[in-house]
Amino acid sequence: MVEFFTNTYLGMLLVIVAQILLVIVPLLVALAFLMYADRKIWAAVMMRKGPNVVGAFGLLQSFADFIKYIVKEVVFPAGADRAVFLLAPMISLVMALIAWAVIPFNDGWVLSDINVAILYVFAVSSLEVYGVIMGGWASNSKYPFLGSLRSAAQMISYEVSIGLIIIGVIISTGSMNFGNIVRAQDGDLGLFNWYWLPHFPMLFLFFISALAETNRPPFDLPEAESELVAGYQVEYSSTPFLLFMIGELVAVVLMCALVSLLFFGGWLSPIPGLPDGIFWMILKMLLVFFMFSMVKAITPRYRYDQLMRLGWKVFLPMSLFWVVFVAFAAKFEWFWGAFARWS
Amino acid sequence: MTIVALAFYLFAICAIVGGLFTVISRNPVHSVLWLILAFLSSAGLFVLLGAEFVAMLLIIVYVGAVAVLFLFVVMMLDVDFAQLKAEMAKYMPLALLIGLVFLMQLGIAFGAWESAAGAEAARAAPAPEGIENTAALGLLLYDKYFLIFQLSGLILLVAMIGAIVLTLRHRADVKRQDILAQMYRDPAKAMQLRDVKPGQGL
Repeated sequence: MVEFFTNTYLGMLLVIVAQILLVIVPLLVALAFLMYADRKIWAAVMMRKGPNVVGAFGLLQSFADFIKYIVKEVVFPAGADRAVFLLAPMISLVMALIAWAVIPFNDGWVLSDINVAILYVFAVSSLEVYGVIMGGWASNSKYPFLGSLRSAAQMISYEVSIGLIIIGVIISTGSMNFGNIVRAQDGDLGLFNWYWLPHFPMLFLFFISALAETNRPPFDLPEAESELVAGYQVEYSSTPFLLFMIGELVAVVLMCALVSLLFFGGWLSPIPGLPDGIFWMILKMLLVFFMFSMVKAITPRYRYDQLMRLGWKVFLPMSLFWVVFVAFAAKFEWFWGAFARWS
Repeated sequence: MTIVALAFYLFAICAIVGGLFTVISRNPVHSVLWLILAFLSSAGLFVLLGAEFVAMLLIIVYVGAVAVLFLFVVMMLDVDFAQLKAEMAKYMPLALLIGLVFLMQLGIAFGAWESAAGAEAARAAPAPEGIENTAALGLLLYDKYFLIFQLSGLILLVAMIGAIVLTLRHRADVKRQDILAQMYRDPAKAMQLRDVKPGQGL
């Protein structure tokens, strides 16, 4: 029986599909409750009650929304490019999901343990912009087009600083594999061994860039409802709209996973002596997600020129300087070798 | 057929179909999308060759940045396709001639191709044993060919500065934003609260 799963193509295919489902299904179910948590946190900050009707405490609200979305009619705008119009939300969701192939949840718990994992995530997240551009163009409408142009410019600008921050972490680790990056943060000091301490300023830059990269408030300019109605999503309805929504939220959760892997030691326990495990990874992701929600609730939206200025004139020079600094600190082992964790 | 061969044919067919439709597609935006498919398939081929670092760079640089710019430009251009087609018909003989010359040059080049001794072995094992190909590439670029690499970087820098200098112009009649002045504005000085009595006005 074991040989069927290790030696035949069909068996190996079944194992891979089972592994993929093991990652995707819990992720999507968790997403329903994360959406609920997001709305509850937002409501709490505004002293509202939030969703509280469907199920106990409104816990089933996301599932009710899901059913509502999929039973509605798909509307095509007149003059829309049908193929591209339908392709856009699919790309948006698929690109958000395939990045999870290289994210480890525990030591060795990863679908594909590749050498260039972090570059892969970076490449996939740079492809996410296509869902937005194609959706905006194919709608054959002014608001979606303006929204998608804004979004594309914004995502490309902040990818630059995200890339440079990641290079700093790679220099410190000497590897692009997430497993190695997390293991490099292991040590006797628990949470003081993690990269948030040596790479402290970059933690904030990465978090803010992640907000901009995933089009979250205060950088949700592509869908600024006061100016652009809802940006590239205006003409979408029913399931395609749902796919956009899920894709966006999966990208947010992916950024939470990246923050916890790069700066907070992934599955490592913060206190020496406590066992490491997937529990810590999930806890850290939830904490980062809480921060994402709080930012959404308490900050006003940026103006577009301020956003671009912040990306190109503040974040880019700072992260570029940081790469140079980390390179020197790692080479000459400043700060007791805190920046040089390669073995 | 092994999985690798299957994946090779899948990526190869996708790359060729993508390239073909890039050329014959009527809508320029569709052309760019097919071009992206061709890029992604060639990235897949690089992965099959064991050059995963190059594959990721291809996706990040070409698909993630260059093709987005293409898409931007093509979407915003208001091109009259009927006129474009008529222009193309006019230059067709010249284009065919150039194509023929290229084809013959390629034929001559590949007809007279002789592999050097040891070239086959070098191709089969691109990276030294025990080193990831990212590290191997780094060793080549930053250790062995350091000077050449830096010089090519310098040339790109000069080209970039040249492009900026050529297009930079200061227009005196445009109102500019002073970000610092905006940020340091004092609300107390900028606005004034007045108590308006009902029915009186100011």
